[in-house]
Amino acid sequence: MTSVAAAPTSPAGNPIGFGRMLRKEDARFLRGKGKYLDDIQLPGMLYGAILRSPHAHARIVSIDTSLAEAHPKVRAVITGKILESLKLAWMPTLSHDVQAVLATDKVRFFGQEVAFVVAEDRYSARDALELIAVEYEPLDAVVDARRALDPGAPVIRDDIEGKRDNHIFDWEAGDRQATDRVFAGADVVVAQDMLYPRVHPAPMETCGSIAWMDKVSGQLTAWSTTQAPHAHRTLYALVAGIPEHKVRIISPDIGGGFGNKVGIYPGYVLAVVGSIVTGRPVKWVEDRSENLTSTSFARDYHMHGEIAATKEGRILGLRVKVLADHGAFNGTAQPTKFPAGFFHIFPGSYDLEAAHCEVTGVYTNKAPGGVAYACSFRITEAVYLVERMVEVLADELKVDPAALRRQNLLRPEQFPYVNKTGWEYDSGDYRRTLDLALEKADYEGLRKRQEEGRRRWREAGGSPEHPEAGGEHLMGIGLSFFTEGVGAGPKKHMDILGLGMADGCELRVHPTGKGQLRLSVQTQGQGHETTFAQIVSHELGIPPEDIEVIHGDTDNTPFGLGTYGSRSTPVSGAAAAVVARRVRDKARIVAAAALECSTEDLEWELGRWQVKGDPGKGKTIQEIAMLAHGTLELPDGVEGHLDASVVYDPPNLTYPYGAYICVVDLDPGTGKVTVERFIAVDDCGPRVNPMIVEGQVHGGLADGVGMALMEVIAFDESGVCMGSSFMDYLLPTSMECPSWELGETVTPSPHHPLGLKGVGESATVGSPPAVVNAVIDALEPFGVRHADMPLTPAQVWLAMRGRPQRTDIVAS
Amino acid sequence: MKVTMTVNGESVTGEVEPRLLLVHFIRDNLGLTGTHWGCDTSNCGTCVLWMDGKPVKSCTVLAVMADGREVRTVEDLEGAAGLDPVQEGFMQEHGLQCGFCTPGMMMTARWLLDRSPDPTEAEIREAISGQICRCTGYENIVRAVRWAATHQPQGAVQ
Amino acid sequence: MQTPAPFEYSRASSVESALALLERYGPDTRLIAGGHSLLPMMKLRLARPERLVDINDIPDLDHIRLDGGEIAIGAMARHADLLASPLLGRNLPIFADAERVIADPIVRNRGTIGGSLCQGDPAEDLAAVVCALGAELVVRSSGGSRRVPAREFYQGPFETVLGPSEMLTEVRIPLRPGQGSAYEKVERRTGDWAVAAVGCCVTLDGDRISQVGIGLAAVNARQFAAPEAEARLMGRPPSSDDLATAAQLAAEHSRPQTDQRGPQEYKRYLVAELTKRSLVRAVDRARAGGLGA
Repeated sequence: MTSVAAAPTSPAGNPIGFGRMLRKEDARFLRGKGKYLDDIQLPGMLYGAILRSPHAHARIVSIDTSLAEAHPKVRAVITGKILESLKLAWMPTLSHDVQAVLATDKVRFFGQEVAFVVAEDRYSARDALELIAVEYEPLDAVVDARRALDPGAPVIRDDIEGKRDNHIFDWEAGDRQATDRVFAGADVVVAQDMLYPRVHPAPMETCGSIAWMDKVSGQLTAWSTTQAPHAHRTLYALVAGIPEHKVRIISPDIGGGFGNKVGIYPGYVLAVVGSIVTGRPVKWVEDRSENLTSTSFARDYHMHGEIAATKEGRILGLRVKVLADHGAFNGTAQPTKFPAGFFHIFPGSYDLEAAHCEVTGVYTNKAPGGVAYACSFRITEAVYLVERMVEVLADELKVDPAALRRQNLLRPEQFPYVNKTGWEYDSGDYRRTLDLALEKADYEGLRKRQEEGRRRWREAGGSPEHPEAGGEHLMGIGLSFFTEGVGAGPKKHMDILGLGMADGCELRVHPTGKGQLRLSVQTQGQGHETTFAQIVSHELGIPPEDIEVIHGDTDNTPFGLGTYGSRSTPVSGAAAAVVARRVRDKARIVAAAALECSTEDLEWELGRWQVKGDPGKGKTIQEIAMLAHGTLELPDGVEGHLDASVVYDPPNLTYPYGAYICVVDLDPGTGKVTVERFIAVDDCGPRVNPMIVEGQVHGGLADGVGMALMEVIAFDESGVCMGSSFMDYLLPTSMECPSWELGETVTPSPHHPLGLKGVGESATVGSPPAVVNAVIDALEPFGVRHADMPLTPAQVWLAMRGRPQRTDIVAS
Repeated sequence: MKVTMTVNGESVTGEVEPRLLLVHFIRDNLGLTGTHWGCDTSNCGTCVLWMDGKPVKSCTVLAVMADGREVRTVEDLEGAAGLDPVQEGFMQEHGLQCGFCTPGMMMTARWLLDRSPDPTEAEIREAISGQICRCTGYENIVRAVRWAATHQPQGAVQ
Repeated sequence: MQTPAPFEYSRASSVESALALLERYGPDTRLIAGGHSLLPMMKLRLARPERLVDINDIPDLDHIRLDGGEIAIGAMARHADLLASPLLGRNLPIFADAERVIADPIVRNRGTIGGSLCQGDPAEDLAAVVCALGAELVVRSSGGSRRVPAREFYQGPFETVLGPSEMLTEVRIPLRPGQGSAYEKVERRTGDWAVAAVGCCVTLDGDRISQVGIGLAAVNARQFAAPEAEARLMGRPPSSDDLATAAQLAAEHSRPQTDQRGPQEYKRYLVAELTKRSLVRAVDRARAGGLGA
């Protein structure tokens, strides 16, 4: 249980403060009354559709739109040439690059935007796409990131002056010399290549936008599937040159985001252009293929890891080289001081002497993006790397991987701990969390059962040459221990295009004691309307049902860069607590005036300021609210009403962590893997609403099963995306997911006002290595040390035969 | 073409192109936007509604094919007596997060419970296996359906 | 969302009216039943029929019944009906085996056996099932009806012997005493098309195999079948050596292609492994009196 005492209960039966509370937002969703983007219909609204490139790399020779323009229901056809004349053909990315809104010179990836049709209805818009004739001159494509820097490789970004290769950046972190020294002196050094393949967040609702440019007022209103409405407003102003005070972004109910809805996509800009051109509102919603082939992917890290240790199993150092495939435009959406995001947290949860990483980013003829899918800005890749390397080391040393982890985990007295690449972990008691996971899993018992199973398999005739003999299955047990870094971020370390990552927050308590909290962060299903009401309730004693949380409309909320990287609770959660405390402080002045005493004479008892030593004399927060709006004389300099606002700049990231154990069943006759059990013990500090926290973990665990076993955005040799529909981009169903077994430990963050650490991405970050480690463990009788995700039946079958394949390129 | 069908107990008529998908007719023509869509290939199941008493993927049915038939959507789950136990279960067990797959999930759950009032976890997982949820990892959806199974309204007709 | 190109639409109220509509409107007219094969292709605009004839209103075309020593299945029988049928469950458990892993329960509410068979998808599970069972397909035209052996129904990927004015109305499967059947499929994920799949039907006469059918899906087998493997087993007792040899023959004669589901060698291996597994289960079921295990 949490360290927080059970909260008292409100008249509606909700906890006043922390505790399990049913979600306020459910009422509309359960009745089919949610309002998602495609549910919105405006008078006179037109529909846009995008013509996309069938080539990965080709020069555009000509585009003939005359037939499309002649279609009776078409209102506009927009090409790159037209955008060029408006200086809108290119837009800035969040990583100091540019991206084509519509291709002008060349197409650079399969699915790239080439033309935009605006029509009276969505079916006609699609029909008109078929009437546009584009002549392409196909060019050789760079599909394999490992060949992107080859001399003579086709240059993808010849739009950049002087660009002669496909190199984007070289970047390093850690101490190279110290690391080399540690490696030189180590008893054991093991190396392993691994690919974290390209995957896609694929929220159930695709991306889209409705733009309405009112030419009379000059006001642009855009309803967009965005996790970051304020960031979008500023970027629209920067991209389209529309004055920012005339831009309003409304983020309606969002059908899942997972990072897919952070950036601005060409379709959003095209909807704006479409509205400018036609004078009517224009809706553009991508279909699933467009979502999978063109919007922000995740991962695509080709990693070479090395781990150094003593023969007794003390881990000394980690050395990593990464080739990062960023696609055709560098469009990663993350705090730009680090081109590899937060990847350099790769030393993970272990007490090392030295660590160093080098990351090289390259262009390829693939869709742009790179940071998405609940990845905490590449901590997903980092955790996968270190948790696979520890497993590889355990295999080399022939020691139990749980014991090896336990031996090397950071100890509580080392916190706050500055790791070897400069991250200051705030708090942790790692062994306790690992031990709880091992206990919940009955780890010893599992290992016994595994050994018995292997014996039965051998006795039935199973061997590496005849894995199918006897029909016996094999068990695999995989662990991972992850340290997350979330809550981006301290202004001194992070920004996006110069915008700091502090969150505004406003609280108004109305005369009758009911409040409204205005947030800059944007829920996509995380339950903000409930959790944030609980935070205010915790601070002010107002029942959570009496706090309305307002978000998703830039005209009605304070500035902040939105929800991603598990930052809502660590940053805006802190902001909500601080703003509520400001209101509480003001309430104290009001109460003192009403009670005709000094503020020093008052003490706070949940929901009430009362006279010390005379608790019968006091004012409830509701009474104070009325007084604050009334005729009571307040001290000089104190204004009336009961409002406050705050801008919260987090002093550090928070560092949630967890210990995960996955148990799989392998049918060695087919290569089919089934996840039998998954034990997840998370420490995210105190839990505002344990029900919601568990839900967040459940979803992330399913993500891990998906990525480890089935999800991949692969390409054929010509650069055609092979994961362009849900027939081939496989997401886990209820049948692939076991009943999750959760546990918790509670180690508060010392710098967050409520000790909260955030949890939104923990399980997505932590679970893939546990699943992969389990599968590799099941393959122990075959001497398999590694195979790349996704571990499909085919990949497992090949691994059993000692030749797992690359999963990013599909032979056709 | 003119189509007439019964939607949530009421007769509705519309003039449609033969190619109009049922999901668009329900959402765009009738304004019943509780039924969603999430893919093009009949894989995701966010568009599940009932046609003639059975859940179907309405992205893979033409509106003209529903002519003369009975359609039931999520908007019809709540009755005079309040929320359907399935709706209540989804709330009680936190069976939804972003809410996008929820209507389809609930329509399937209601159908399952009508046929099998006390389903096992395995039966529930099988029943919803053609519907993707990206948020919940399915655990709480299963619990929500179990909650509904143990809280059927008194005198409920099987 | 992807949307189909324009087309005309008619509804048939009887087989005769469906055939008349096909004749009237010509070769670019397609029948639509459950629509779960055709409509996604139309949304992708890979299929562009000029007219659809909806046959969902035709009565009495969804039967599953015993008829003169054969099981007769109407073309409009839905996947869910096949899965739930006690008659099939008792006599031909291969159907339940296959249906459990075809698409998902919602799609199975709508998709039909006729639609699945006529689509001619090389990965179609039911094509392998009917080819394993030695079924005959009843094809109607305005001139009458003919019975086509399932294995002769297919001419290539997505190609059948159906003429433009013909319609599949029924599937007829011989019932034999001592028959046992089973289906085995490996898929990347629940509801996915097969990486490879094998269905077997074995009839035992005493201790000897008097009849055997092996159907293969997704491995580019001619006529969805493995005749060489069948020949190896006919007239002999089902020894484990023979089953293994037959499984190898089935694998050798399959022609799978490398794709996202896996390399050719893996699929060929699967043919052998799944043939062995399904033969073993089919023989077990035959010995148990044809009941589903």
